Amino acid sequence: MNPQLDQGAGPRSDRWSEVTPLERRTFLKIGLSITGLLGGGTLLSVASIVNKAFTTPRTFTETYPYKPHYAMVIREGLCIDCELCAKACRETNHVPDYGYRTRVLTKITSDAIGRQREFIPILCNQCNDPPCCRACPVGATYKDPRDGIVRMNAEKCVGCKTCMLACPYDARYFNDQKHAVDKCNFCWDTRLSKGQKLTACAAACPTGARIFGDISDPDNVVYKMVHQIEKVVWVLRPECGTRPNVFYMKASHASPWRLQRQAEPGGGVRAAGKQ
Amino acid sequence: MITIPKETAERWGYSGFSDFFIPGKAFRAVFVVLAAAILFCYAVGLHGMASGYRNLYGVTREIPWGVLISGYVFCVVTSTGLCIVSSVGHVFGHEPFMPIAKRAVFLALIFLVGGFSILLFDLENPLHMIWFMLSPNLRSNMWWMGLLYGLYLCALSVEYLFLLAQNHRMSRLAGFMAVLCGVAAHSNLGAIFGMLSGRDYWYGPYFPIYFVFSAIMSGGGAILFFTCVASRVEPEIMNERMERAMKAVCKLTITMISVVMFFTIWETICGFVSPEKYLTLSVFLTGPYAYNYWIGEILCGLVLPLVLLVRSKGTDLRLMLIAGGMMLAGIFFMRYDFVIAGQIVPVFHSLGVEEYRSLLTYRPSFHEIAVVAGGLCLVAFLFLSGERVLGGHRLQKHEIVPPGGFICPGCGAIHYRQEGESEEQSLRRYHGFRAAAPPNAERETARR
Repeated sequence: MNPQLDQGAGPRSDRWSEVTPLERRTFLKIGLSITGLLGGGTLLSVASIVNKAFTTPRTFTETYPYKPHYAMVIREGLCIDCELCAKACRETNHVPDYGYRTRVLTKITSDAIGRQREFIPILCNQCNDPPCCRACPVGATYKDPRDGIVRMNAEKCVGCKTCMLACPYDARYFNDQKHAVDKCNFCWDTRLSKGQKLTACAAACPTGARIFGDISDPDNVVYKMVHQIEKVVWVLRPECGTRPNVFYMKASHASPWRLQRQAEPGGGVRAAGKQ
Repeated sequence: MITIPKETAERWGYSGFSDFFIPGKAFRAVFVVLAAAILFCYAVGLHGMASGYRNLYGVTREIPWGVLISGYVFCVVTSTGLCIVSSVGHVFGHEPFMPIAKRAVFLALIFLVGGFSILLFDLENPLHMIWFMLSPNLRSNMWWMGLLYGLYLCALSVEYLFLLAQNHRMSRLAGFMAVLCGVAAHSNLGAIFGMLSGRDYWYGPYFPIYFVFSAIMSGGGAILFFTCVASRVEPEIMNERMERAMKAVCKLTITMISVVMFFTIWETICGFVSPEKYLTLSVFLTGPYAYNYWIGEILCGLVLPLVLLVRSKGTDLRLMLIAGGMMLAGIFFMRYDFVIAGQIVPVFHSLGVEEYRSLLTYRPSFHEIAVVAGGLCLVAFLFLSGERVLGGHRLQKHEIVPPGGFICPGCGAIHYRQEGESEEQSLRRYHGFRAAAPPNAERETARR
């Protein structure tokens, strides 16, 4: 078992359902700043929110308003385009063949020396400022106030498809069976809410290209991967100001983290990390 | 059968549904064809609704908005424009525009209805619209657009009813509300596109502003076109004041075409320096949408109408009819290109991946075209019915020339005589000429 990958598991990350006084205070603070009462009306003063709204590598790691704050790190160089992630997603979340919640893109750099092909897995970035949630007229898509996952309420979806246009990551499609727009929710309904700690794609990835965890926990591997200066970490389309929770980095064999499948913390399902 | 008291009916210009059947054979044939087209198109639309849009519509995951949204935008842009142009006269009191108000407000209503009928077939779950009220998202432009267009529809209906009842004070008030809601709703529609930060072509404050100006242009074009058609249906609707109104609308339309040209020129020039925008722009200028752009938008929508309207001098109804028709066709291309253009660059294009190396394509399907055609046929049918059943939206004599007033032979406006004044004296008073002094007084002034 890889101890570094395992550190995210523990009693701490299981306590997400409890609201601590600290969280209550944070929540109150957010409420006050939204209503413009804090700091002499942050809402009215554009200058004061510019730094918060604009994503720079520094600001996207500054604060994590949720507990647990689910995030994924994609180690681009490790993806081998086996599509096991997409297959697992399809099976777990009953994604029809005309749609997808996640897929793997191919990038070819023909003038590169040596390896020229790399694969970029994409999925919903569970943004901190999700444009889809702002665009939806009826609140059918919303950011879960506990864990920050952007989720869908199919009952409310009008089918106007504005959210599909608003999403800068093409993460949404219309699902005929659900009769609503469907998207990745980090397997909330199918896995996380049932006590599992990994998304289907992260559990299925044989190379550890997808690492899933709680970025608000300094002991978690995702936190460690993002909070370091040896390797460049970036997000897709930062210019859109969405502050995504899916981070990208290059990884090679010199990587400080083991290049293998992430194990389900707590020794549960698919402990393929065992060697 | 609806029975309306005789006095009210007279005031409305309504003389029974039997008027439907009076006109000549050709006119009846048009009615029958339009009615058949509407039934057919809606049958196709309902078929699509019943069997699911995914297989029948040309829209995809990457291009979720197609020709239906273009048709909707076209209709509501024209509706808002008609409302704004009509308000110049009967709300804001610029007298030459007054005679067009009745027809323009009626057209604004039916264009809005046509637009909503198209949108109905775009929504996957129209019944879930109830959540607009139960679970509003106040940060959503779409929600605000729904609210404001709802208010606009109400205000416009009230305005029209008061116009029919010849209660001009109340219709003015309702008209003012309609303009407020209409402009707000419309710029909000622009903002739905303008506030999508992930779409470079749409993003920015340009479209919310452009939409309002381009609406006024559409409204002007629609008034010219439909009034000219109405004058062919019933030549009696043209009178001195109406001709003067047409001249005024023609001038306004020329101005607005110039304004929209100005917008278009700067948008194009600015597009040259932004890589993502340039990609979209190149699709228009030289790519697959070049015909739409150069022939549809620029030639049909802007340049030719401008030339024709200038040449018509606001008096040649035939030229204005052609120009108005061309404008409406060109404006439809503008809306289509606008909606599609924002989506053809894939969101991951800048990532340089193989999957999104080329631009996306969209081709409207038969079902989509049928729904849009159905909406437009509905507008045409309601327009012709309105002309027939409501007596060509004719103004009654006292509305054309109120008691004590007369049409000025010089400027064409209505002037009022003061007590004991001759028509000539009041004319001089209106136009600031000094009253002709009696000969004795003149001599005395000269001596001094």
